[in-house]
Amino acid sequence: MTLTVPALRARRVRRNRRGPVAVVGAAVFLAVVVVAAVAAPLLAPYSPDATSLLDSLLPPGSPGHLLGTDSTGRDVLSRLLYGARLSLLAPLGVVLASTVLGVAVGLVAARGPRWADLLLSRTMDIAFAFPSLLLAMLAVAVFGAGLAAPMVALSIAYTPFVGRVVRSLAVQEGSRAYVESYAVMGFSTTWVTLRHLLPNLAPALAAQAALAFGYALIDLATLSFLGLGVRPPESDWGSMIAQAQPAILQGLPASAIVPGVTVLLTVIAVNLLGEHLGSSVGRTDRERA
Amino acid sequence: MTVRAGTTRWVLGRLAGASGTVVVASVVVYAALQLVPGDPLATLTGGKRLTESQLDVLRQTYGLDKGFVAGYLDWAGHVARFDLGTSSVYQDSVNSLLASRLPVSLALIGYAAVVTVVLGLGVAVVSAVAGRRTATLATVLTSGAAATPPFVAVIVLLAVFSVGLGWFPVTGAGSGFLDRVWHLTLPAVAMAIAAFGVLARVGQAAFADQLRREHVEVARSRGVGRAAVLRRHVVRNSLGPVVTVVGLLLASLFVGTAVVETAFGINGIGAFLVSSVSRQDFPVVQAVSLLAVVVFVVISTAVDLLLPVLDPQLRPAVTR
Repeated sequence: MTLTVPALRARRVRRNRRGPVAVVGAAVFLAVVVVAAVAAPLLAPYSPDATSLLDSLLPPGSPGHLLGTDSTGRDVLSRLLYGARLSLLAPLGVVLASTVLGVAVGLVAARGPRWADLLLSRTMDIAFAFPSLLLAMLAVAVFGAGLAAPMVALSIAYTPFVGRVVRSLAVQEGSRAYVESYAVMGFSTTWVTLRHLLPNLAPALAAQAALAFGYALIDLATLSFLGLGVRPPESDWGSMIAQAQPAILQGLPASAIVPGVTVLLTVIAVNLLGEHLGSSVGRTDRERA
Repeated sequence: MTVRAGTTRWVLGRLAGASGTVVVASVVVYAALQLVPGDPLATLTGGKRLTESQLDVLRQTYGLDKGFVAGYLDWAGHVARFDLGTSSVYQDSVNSLLASRLPVSLALIGYAAVVTVVLGLGVAVVSAVAGRRTATLATVLTSGAAATPPFVAVIVLLAVFSVGLGWFPVTGAGSGFLDRVWHLTLPAVAMAIAAFGVLARVGQAAFADQLRREHVEVARSRGVGRAAVLRRHVVRNSLGPVVTVVGLLLASLFVGTAVVETAFGINGIGAFLVSSVSRQDFPVVQAVSLLAVVVFVVISTAVDLLLPVLDPQLRPAVTR
């Protein structure tokens, strides 16, 4: 016991030193991206679809085109701003749906009857065997290209990840004294679970949701990159990269690299926030124990 | 005697669970065809005109005239005999279409797996041994790598190493051993970057956890050498999480071939899946999906069975 205490403290100090700068940076970056997506019509210098073959494949920093142009002369900055909308909204939808489903599944498994736990836990184990991207591609094969079918498929594919976390946390939380005392006072299991237990899971859920957002963003952008996601005239960062591929071979990769780096930075920022939320969850748990 | 009986029951339970998963997955894969808006038969013909006898074969293979359950059983019977049907685009047996594309994909997966494991464990060991500054640098590097989607890795590698420096070819899989290694290097690295990041992070965490333990301190104070402590006490005890993650990453590499093969113009299973999805070539999509699930289930079951052999602490509790 005495050995673990200094180790714990050392770890906490190190985490705090690395934490704030990176986490604040991530939060600021994400705020900028969200504002850019919302205010795209105000900020974009050009229409995202305005082509100008005379100005094709201008490098970043060209006069009038801060991030250059793509192979049909469309302004990369304008396309990046407009592309942010679908690139962020679609994964957000997946995260919301899978969180709601996962919470429902996890809570029923943890707090419901034994047979429900067995059934749901076994179903979740089986669902893990379907890689999310494969399920999304299967949905595209059934319903055709577009974002709607993959969004539904990914929501289902991510549900067991949320469900498993919620189940184990709810089982832990359910053994705490306050839950028992409510039960003794005669409150129904459902009421105690929703009113008192669920709010205590919120920080862990937020951490899980942030990580899931990163995965969903990657999966959906991957589908668009493969030509199975958004359909023209709509576009997202994945489809921007796909359309810029021939230009890479001409030695002008900027119009592919810019959306690629944007995806990467967004995912890193979301992961940093998610890990930060997750680590603070762990901390309060340890202090409580 | 009782111990062995308990172990056998546990192993049989794992195998039954694995088979159950494959069966449920195959129901989902079969149901996908029925979910396509319109007549499943029209989906299977892919708009081509077939003779009545060819149509009969399709109806029979997919059990289209019967209900869902009887239809599924018909189809599952064919699949169980490795009869995966006929591609509606190529009018060729799915088996031979897959067989011609499997070797290059397996080579790619194997190459990517070697890169992942060597780099991942290498970086994890280095950051466990090295000073704090190196370890921090390694953490930043692996966090970034773990967050890198394959398609971003692909465009950067293409832009820098193929087009910019001209060191590697832009497309194709090459012929002959050395030529193939040369062609598959960038695709394998693109697939391995995220997996390497994840593995290195898990390894770092597991090693760091062991290094803090008392048994490591005791070994050090007894004068056991640094390399021996690392090998016998740190790495040995971290095998559980490391092997689990290696299994998961290997399984994910199968689907990962989709992006990389498409981008590098490699004619393997992954690129075949993508083109079959966009052409609604259902027999191929079903076969590759099933194959992916089977690969995942086999690897994760193998890891589950392997863990107790590697680490006695992970042996299942046996009832007496």
